[in-house]
Amino acid sequence: MDFSDSPAEAAFRDEVRTWLSEHLTGEFAALGGRGGPADETGWEVRREWEKILGADRWVGIAWPEEYNGRDASIVEQAIFHEEYAKAGAPARVSFFGELLFAPTLIAFGTEEQKRRFLPKIQSVEELWCQGYSEPNAGSDLSNVATRAELDGDQWVVNGQKVWTTHAHNAQWCFAVVRTDPDAPAHKGLSYLLVPMDQPGVTVRPLRQMTGSEEFNEVFFDDARTDRDLVVGDVNDGWKIAMATLGFERGTAFLSQQFMFKEEWNEIANIARKTGASDDEHIRQGLAQSYIGVQIMKYNGLRMLSGLVRKGTLGPESSISKLYWSTWHRNLGELAMAVLGAQGLVTAGEPDGPYLLDELHRIFMFSRAETIYAGASEIQRNIVGERALGLPREPR
Amino acid sequence: MNFAFSEEQEQLRDAVRKFMEAKSPSAEVRRLMETTDGYDAAVWAQMANELGLQSLAIPEEYGGQGYTFIELGIVLEEMGRVLLCAPYFSTVCLAANAILNAGTDAQKAELLPGIAGGETIAALAFTEPNGKWDASGITMEASGSGDAYTLSGTKMFVIDGHIANTIVVVARQAGTSGEDGIGFFVVDADAAGLTRTALATMDQTRKQARLDFDGVAATPLGEVGAGWPALSKTLDQAAVAIANESIGGAQRCLEMAVEYAKVRVQFGRPIGSFQAIKHKCADMLLEVESGKSAAYYAAWAAAEDNEELPVVASLAKAYVSDAYFHSAAENIQIHGGIGFTWEHDAHLYFKRAKSSEILLGDATYHRELLAQRIGI
Repeated sequence: MDFSDSPAEAAFRDEVRTWLSEHLTGEFAALGGRGGPADETGWEVRREWEKILGADRWVGIAWPEEYNGRDASIVEQAIFHEEYAKAGAPARVSFFGELLFAPTLIAFGTEEQKRRFLPKIQSVEELWCQGYSEPNAGSDLSNVATRAELDGDQWVVNGQKVWTTHAHNAQWCFAVVRTDPDAPAHKGLSYLLVPMDQPGVTVRPLRQMTGSEEFNEVFFDDARTDRDLVVGDVNDGWKIAMATLGFERGTAFLSQQFMFKEEWNEIANIARKTGASDDEHIRQGLAQSYIGVQIMKYNGLRMLSGLVRKGTLGPESSISKLYWSTWHRNLGELAMAVLGAQGLVTAGEPDGPYLLDELHRIFMFSRAETIYAGASEIQRNIVGERALGLPREPR
Repeated sequence: MNFAFSEEQEQLRDAVRKFMEAKSPSAEVRRLMETTDGYDAAVWAQMANELGLQSLAIPEEYGGQGYTFIELGIVLEEMGRVLLCAPYFSTVCLAANAILNAGTDAQKAELLPGIAGGETIAALAFTEPNGKWDASGITMEASGSGDAYTLSGTKMFVIDGHIANTIVVVARQAGTSGEDGIGFFVVDADAAGLTRTALATMDQTRKQARLDFDGVAATPLGEVGAGWPALSKTLDQAAVAIANESIGGAQRCLEMAVEYAKVRVQFGRPIGSFQAIKHKCADMLLEVESGKSAAYYAAWAAAEDNEELPVVASLAKAYVSDAYFHSAAENIQIHGGIGFTWEHDAHLYFKRAKSSEILLGDATYHRELLAQRIGI
């Protein structure tokens, strides 16, 4: 047990810091780490920034070197994310491509698929969205009804996806579709890659409680994609989809704890400035929240150390999504308590659009986080059944 | 960077777990908790002679093995798991650390080998009837000079104070307040003027005493008047220790609850298949695993004796106190009526969880301390 950097880790940290200090300037620095994986603040600036990152292979650092990654160790990834957040660098736009789709593709894709898609993720020329949820397939994901049928060398896709984050910004969608309608729920699904820029795809934004429109409905009306753009075997998509969810619930969000810490700092600073920190309840709340974000870091390190040692994530990793989403929601409520009466008014104009300031955004957006990527209730089922071995509910 | 126990540390855990399961089953806990002394002298001797647990983290020059707080944390976690009834926390975590932090080299050489060898049971008497855990709670005045002081007044909630051979007392110089004027003193258990009264404890598995001092002769431990840094550090180390002990108990509560939820059938199915129960267990796992992360990290900071220790000590004490109590309380709820009986062990953990939460300051106290320590 040792939390200090080895000489090699220290050198890597130094490389990251140096690169960031040289490149994170001007409008990129001005953005101040704003935004999140599902949050559109400063989108175009963030996208430009990410191209610079990608050009120096900081996008896809975990990928093998044969795909132009850095083959960074888990500890190096953690160091990169920590320094990235500390520097106040912008939130990433290629989250779905780099951290969800790419690891899935590296694990299950064909060589041709990897050569086709990974470079464009790294160069930020192609952004991805995740076509999982449907109107009747939310927590019960295996109930997807969107169908894909072969027509010669192409799949023809019909159906509807919903809550598709950044579909309006994405060039591609990795979608779970039904390819054998006669098979039972979990069977007969395939993991299909569909280009978004075509007449058969319609993206309709959903206005959220935040007033912004990051989530979408996606309609497939005879949308087409090539026959060889299935990841894994046809009708074996459930396994692939679950692997992606494993990345999503396991390691993909590890980096955001560092951003969370910066948010906590900002709230603590406001509390000090306004005098809210003299109130004993606010003090308790700030301390509790600090404890929570520090433990998020310790949990992450324990999980990663276990991964390094045993090669697989232990059952304790199943708590991570439930943990961070609950913590962040509580942080949002703390932010409102710190704001006090100031929380009654927003950054907008009375006759302008509904416009939230940063602390309001944490308060509001965190309500989505306990729902997406598996609602907290689903997470508790997973923890109960997989980590603790409790019996499944009869279905 | 590495947050995993080494092979050797895992072997230590295995050895200690086997010992604890053999020596401290429920029947033994129940037998000992009904006694005034509250421990088994033979088991205490075996802990010292067979496993070297008392000497584990004491430096080699004072008769110890020179291991760190990480190993000590492992031992405490395993003790907490079985509610071991023994004066280990008082002797090793409170008194020995107080001696290490406050004493001169000569005093350490005099006092620590006896603890390391298991011959000495020691207690740290710092709390008073006012029930405060900080410097302001210390009102007992020490009078005298040089090597000859006398103490008068009352110390309360002194863990194992009635069975200790050696008592380390915290008092203050006349006319001082707060963190000024604090001093440590060593008092012999048989000293004239000292009256020791065992207390009826809510948690019967950890004994406490009231110590009344009436002009008791005391030897200064280190420099009288400059003791606060040593006391503060001792309390931080003790908070880390009790957090590690507590997380072992919390883990056991989770296991008891899950085992029961798998076998108890109602409405024709195991109650663990109902989300109402399953989700409780999931929340317990989240808190227990998070508590482990906090306790282990704090143990590392204590082992390194680095500048993070004060913050992470309060962090771990606050989080684990809540996690243990919640886990112990949910264990009773999941067991239903049987969990409320004397016969079932659930109440033993529930009571230990509450006493460990209160000792050294509860979660609210440590969150406030943490806030101060991080500049809020």
